[in-house]
Formats: sequence, C-alpha cells, structure tokens
Amino acid sequence: MRLRLPSSRSSSRRRSSGRRAPIGRRATAAAVTAALALGLAACSSDGEEPLSDEALVIYSGRNENLVGPVLEKLEKATGVDVQVRYGSSSELAAQLLEEGDNTKADLFFSQDAGALGALGKAGRLEALYAATTGKVLEGFADPNSHWVATSARARVIAYDPAQAPEVTDMTSVDAVLDPRYKGKIGYAPTNASFQSFVTALRVAKGEAGAKKWLEDFKANEPKAYDNNILVLDAVDSGQVGLGLINHYYWYERVAEKGADAVKAKIHFLGSDDPGALINVAGVGILTGSNQRAAATEAVDYLLSKEGQQYFADETAEYPVTAGVQSTKHDIVPLSQLKGSSVDLNQLDSLEQTLALLDEVGLT
Amino acid sequence: MLLVPGLVTALVALLPIGYLLVRTAEAGPERVWEIVVRERTLTLVLRSLALAGTVTALSVVVGVGLAVLATRTNVPGRRLLAVTAALPLAIPSYVAAFAWISAFPSVSGFAGTVLVLTACCYPYVYLPVAAAMRRIDPAVEEVARSLGRSPWNTFWSVTARQLRPAAASGALLVALYALSDFGAPSLLRFDAFTRVIHASYRSSFDRTPAAVLSLLLVAITVAITVAEARTRRGSERARVGGGVARRPHTVGLGRLRWPAATLAVAVVTVALVFPIASLLYWFATGLSSGVDVPDLATSALNTFWFALLGAVLCTALAVPVGVLAARFRGRSTAVIEHASFAGHALPGIVVALALVFFGARVAQPVYQRTPLLVLAYAVLFVPAAIGAVRSAVTMSPVRTEEAARSLGSTPWQVLRRVTLPLAAPGIAAGAALVLLTCMKELPATLLLRPTGADTLATSLWTETGVAAYGAAAPYGLALVVLAVLPTLALMRSQRAGETDPS
Repeated sequence: MRLRLPSSRSSSRRRSSGRRAPIGRRATAAAVTAALALGLAACSSDGEEPLSDEALVIYSGRNENLVGPVLEKLEKATGVDVQVRYGSSSELAAQLLEEGDNTKADLFFSQDAGALGALGKAGRLEALYAATTGKVLEGFADPNSHWVATSARARVIAYDPAQAPEVTDMTSVDAVLDPRYKGKIGYAPTNASFQSFVTALRVAKGEAGAKKWLEDFKANEPKAYDNNILVLDAVDSGQVGLGLINHYYWYERVAEKGADAVKAKIHFLGSDDPGALINVAGVGILTGSNQRAAATEAVDYLLSKEGQQYFADETAEYPVTAGVQSTKHDIVPLSQLKGSSVDLNQLDSLEQTLALLDEVGLT
Repeated sequence: MLLVPGLVTALVALLPIGYLLVRTAEAGPERVWEIVVRERTLTLVLRSLALAGTVTALSVVVGVGLAVLATRTNVPGRRLLAVTAALPLAIPSYVAAFAWISAFPSVSGFAGTVLVLTACCYPYVYLPVAAAMRRIDPAVEEVARSLGRSPWNTFWSVTARQLRPAAASGALLVALYALSDFGAPSLLRFDAFTRVIHASYRSSFDRTPAAVLSLLLVAITVAITVAEARTRRGSERARVGGGVARRPHTVGLGRLRWPAATLAVAVVTVALVFPIASLLYWFATGLSSGVDVPDLATSALNTFWFALLGAVLCTALAVPVGVLAARFRGRSTAVIEHASFAGHALPGIVVALALVFFGARVAQPVYQRTPLLVLAYAVLFVPAAIGAVRSAVTMSPVRTEEAARSLGSTPWQVLRRVTLPLAAPGIAAGAALVLLTCMKELPATLLLRPTGADTLATSLWTETGVAAYGAAAPYGLALVVLAVLPTLALMRSQRAGETDPS
C-alpha cells in the first residue's frame, strides 16, 4: 500500500533551500556533460575525414605496414583521393557480403584468392576489363575476370638447421611424412594458404591420394598454430623442427630481428610438387561502386612496373607481370621457380577441401 | 516509468540476436540441425563450458581475495594494490596470451588458457566486490563477533553472504567472457567453441554455420544467466535498522601480513607485470621499435574518446535495467534483464557483423561513423554495467527511498536524489569496468571504426600482423597507461564515498 501525500510546492521549496547533497549536484552535472558529449559525437564529424563521393574507398585485407606505402604512391600517381580501411581479408569479405549493395567500398584488396572467390561467387565483384587481366602472367587472373592477382608467394618448408639440416635436400612435401618428424612439424590449419596447398594435393594426387596423405600427416602428430607467424616462431625457438609456411614470413622476421638473430631457414622445394604451390594476393572491383574508372586506374597501377617493383622490393613477394625483378631480395624469379603446376583456377573447390580436412580431423 | 527505457536497452542488446535469426532462417531446419548435432560441435561446447567453469571459479577466488585484502586488511601496500589489481583489465587477452606463449612455450592448452583468462578476467569480480566491500555495514559483523564467532567464521557467514550478489554478477561476466574469447584460446592452441565460429568465417566464408552456432551460444548464455539469477535470489542485503553505517575497521593480519602481501604481489605480477615486461622486452629487442609519436597520440586520443562515449552510453542504458532488476522484481523485469545479457557470450566478430548488417541497411548515415561504433560498444558491454548498477542499488537501503517518497518526492526525484547517489560508487565501478573493456576491443572496432581512425587496439593488431613486435609494444604500453587514469579516478571517488557517511 503506497502512501500518497499531496506534494506541496511550497514545502518542497522550503526543503530545497536547505543543504543539498553535494553528490547530487555533481552527479547531475556529470549527467548533463555526458548527454552533451553524446550529442556532440552524434552530430559532429569528429576529425573524421568525411567520405566525399569522389574518394576511392579500398577495403584492404593486406596489412597496412605492407601495402600502405604502395597505396599512397597510387594516390599520388593517379591523383585520386584514396581512403583505406584495413582489416583481415576474411572478416572484410564477410563485411562486404553483409553490406551487400549498400557498401561504400570500391575496391577489395585481399591477402588471398579465397576471399575474392567467395565474393565473386556471391556476385559482388565486377568483371574487369580484358586490358587489365591481360597484364598478368598466365593463370594469375580469375577465369571469370572477377579478380586479378597483384603478387604471389610460394609455399616453403621452414626448418631449424640444428634439428633438421637434411631439409635442404627435400624435393617433395611427402618427405614431411617421415616418422622421424613425429611431433616436430608445425602448420596453420586455418590459414588460407595451407588450405590451398591441400586443394593442390587433391588435384595432384586425386581425392583418395590426398586423404591418405593427410591421414599420414595426422599420424605424424603435427602441431597446429593459429597463423604462419606463430609457426615460424616455433621453428625459430626450436619447439618444432619443420614448419609449412609461405616464404615472405621469413623475410618479415629477418627485417624485425636482424639476419643474425633468426635461426630458422627456409627451403624452396623447387620442383613440380604441391608443396611448392604459388599463392596469390589480389584485387577486385565491387559491384555498385560509383568509382569504376578510378578503381580500374588503381588496379592498373598495382599491375604497372612501378607497383610490381614495390611488391618485389618491399614485401619480398613475387611480381605477377613479366619483366620485373627484385633489386633488394635474393629471390628466385617466378618464371624460374618450378612451382607446382597446379592451375590456380582449379583451386576453387575450397568447400571440398574443408570437408576433407574436417573428415580427417586436421582443422 | 523505468519500463520503457529498460525495454530500449533490452532491444539494443538483442540486435545481434535479430541478425542471427535472420541468417539462420535462410538455411533450412535440416541444415541447422545438422550443424548443431555434429560431434565436433558438442565436444567443443563441453570443452568451452569446462574452460568457463574453471576460469570463473578461479576468478572469484582471486577477485574476492584481493578485494578483501585491499579494502579490509592492513596488508602492506594497500593503496598500490587497490589500483594495480584492476589494471589487468586493460591488457587484451591476445597480448597476454602471446606474451606467455612466446616466453614459455609450455604454457599452452587448457592449463595455459585458464591461467591467461583468469589473469585477464578476475578484475570483473574484483571491481564490483571492492565497491561492495566499501558499502557493507560493519554493524552486522560486530554483532556476530559479539555473539562469539571467530573472525574467520564471521567472514564466511556474514561478510561473504553480503558480497554474494556482487561476486555473482562479476562471475557471470567472467563466465560469458571465457565463452566468447577467441584470441587467447587460439594462440594458446586450445580448441574452444569460438574456434569453430571463426573457422566458418575464415575458411568457408559461410555465415550460416557461424550464425547457427552463435545461437547455440545464446541458448547457453540464457541458461547460465537464469541459473545465476536463481543463486542471487534471497541473498540481497541492506541495512534496515536505525543509525548510520560506519566505516568498517581494518582487520589486523598479524603473522599473515607478509604472506598475504606476497600472494597479492604474485597475482599482480602474473596478471600485470609479466605482460608489461614482455611488451618492454619486445620494444628493447625489436628492430622495428620506435615510437611514431603523432600516430600513437592520435590512436590514444581516439581510443579514449570512443571508450568514454561507450562507457557513458552503456551506463545510461544500464541504469534503468539495473534499478528495475534491483527494486521492481517481477516477470517482465526478469525478461528484460535476461534479454540484455543474452548476447554477451557472442564473439566480437558476430556482434560486429550484426551491426554491419543493421548499419548498412537501416542506419546508413551513421554507418562506419562514431555513433554506430559507440552503439556497438553498448551492445557488447551493457551487461557489465547492468550487473554493477544492480549490485549497487540492492546494497542501498530501501527505507531511505521510502522515506523520501513519504516526504513527498515523486518517483523520478527519488531516483535522482536518493537511489542513484547512494549507488554512485558501484555505478562508477561499472562505468570504469566498461571504459577499460572498450579501450581494448578489437573485432567490432576494426569493422565499424570511421575509415582512417585507428585505436590503440587496431594499431597493435596491425603491427603484430607483420610480426613487428617492437613497433607494437608502445601501443600496448599506452593501453595500460591510459587504463591507469580511470582506475585512479575510480579509487578517489570511492574513497570520497567512504568518508561521506550517507
């Protein structure tokens, strides 16, 4: 039962002339300031650069440290205002799929072809002009012209010379199935490059052969890590003797720690083996972009001599156009590298690969 | 009166679940069933529940222990302990996990994940319990002592009972965080349920399994929340007699002074000093080291600004629900409360994509601008604030409010001039908790931040993405430094609350 007394105005005024709890006034002031702050935040532009309609918006799954400079060069060379959102390729791909037609993005720069393939399948990528896709070497563009590669990287075997010096003689990835490496191999099962490698296994050995290979691999008790950097960390610290990674992580590590401090080395298989697979990073133009011309200019810049030289020199990756050689890194040119002859276009069957990995239990 | 704001909060918190239902509805019921009953799914659910249970139990022990030590005993270095005990909240779990695994590779698997997650999460229990300790009425304990109970017995039968609501709300947050965290288990090579969700985004680019599994997480969350509410029922305590609540006296530990201090130092070392030392080590040995001062300053400013707005919005949304839950218990308030907690165990990426879905379709003008990011923080962290508000309000005596009503104040005036000021220390603790958590948030910030605006967490992520740990270290250290300010402010406000014999 509630007591309802008539709230007399005069009596409340009398009471409020007395001592007001200081904390009440402080709290009110705080609340008012907070409300103002929220209001300001909602209305103001906050130092954010307002996205003008002329800006070319790029969603980059490639790391800012790796491609920031080349995107700045792109801005200068093409004269287009470039705004970049950095994230991880798969999360940005999911974001693009969620945004659908309302996306503000014009270009998607992906670390791997899987994300581009997924967007292409969902119909979110525009077909590129033949002039653009014709710039790259054979097999480095999507057959439907939805995306084109901008640089390539090779699968290698990272090894600890103290634990496994015989790796330098290996010519096939089947060598890691040797029981002497039990518990001494590191790999990154959720990494897109590893999954491409398994797809290459399926293409080269057939479904049954690939399954047998994976089962033997699993029997060798490999150690799973979250990404290639951690695999290389593990090889370098001696936790594992071998690691299945991409080549440029080693160069990154040397750049960070100095050549003397890095114990791990990498070995290119140099043969026509799935373990020597070449993977690509690439770019695609999104449907519904209102900057088609600027986006095409951007893609052309990335595939130009200047752009490709950047990838060869600064990120230690393979250029995908002919006639570009690295001036800083001692990397065997792509044309000479007997990488696996598995056609990139056949690497599209990612779902079956994932199902196979799931079946064997190597996820 | 409070029902409408409470409903608003519940609806905001339910945004991700709306998205999940939309995505799940696209798949047929057979596909959904097939995804749920896979053996791997069920195994991973059990593993994650085991992890959550262990981490929660340990966090409660550590959090309550440190809170008691810091507020009630004469352990040496009390003031320092009070500040440093809350700081591990500023360290992202993936930074701590990486620090541990790179220094001690054997710290992996279940044990390693428990260690790292407990170290990161115990402040969720410590902060509300410390705030509650300052509000406890010592008169009941004195009565128990005068009736012949030993200090230890008094603690268990009287003090601990009064701490139960605060500890339970903190424990709930720890459990849900342990379920939702992806960074630490993946780095420490522990196969948790979140791994499957992330794998479906990363590998198959198929959002349907992720949506279905996330709904499974929501179901588990609701079950845990209902269970926690049950344990709380009937354990709320507030002073009912006459007189004024006094400051509690400190307990002399005697011989146990230095052992207790050693224990406290050990906890703070594991949780705070070790990750900081690792960051300093990376800075010292990395060739990429160097402080890009303008970038660091901008990131720090952005971080603090976004986190401050997030904390303000969270607290504003949490106050109606907390007061409802504490004072106006009933079916509808229980539903609102559980609805607000339902999405709290979802991995950050799921909430982020839900807001992308919502923003790109419905809220275009604010998509990828500050307001939507702040809303994302609110969706993610409002349960933390609700728990703090609820505990704080239950600890305030109802009689004061009733007296105010009987003297003629309207319900709104009572709320503004009696309830909220009395609960202010606890609400401030909740706001500080949310502020610290917002500062280190990563997945939602990556997808929703204004293009070109970086926070310390995103800069840290960028640098570690190319193994440039030397360059990453300053951002991690800046996060900890930024966390000191709100923690200090909180300690000061609570000490001020102590001397004010309200």
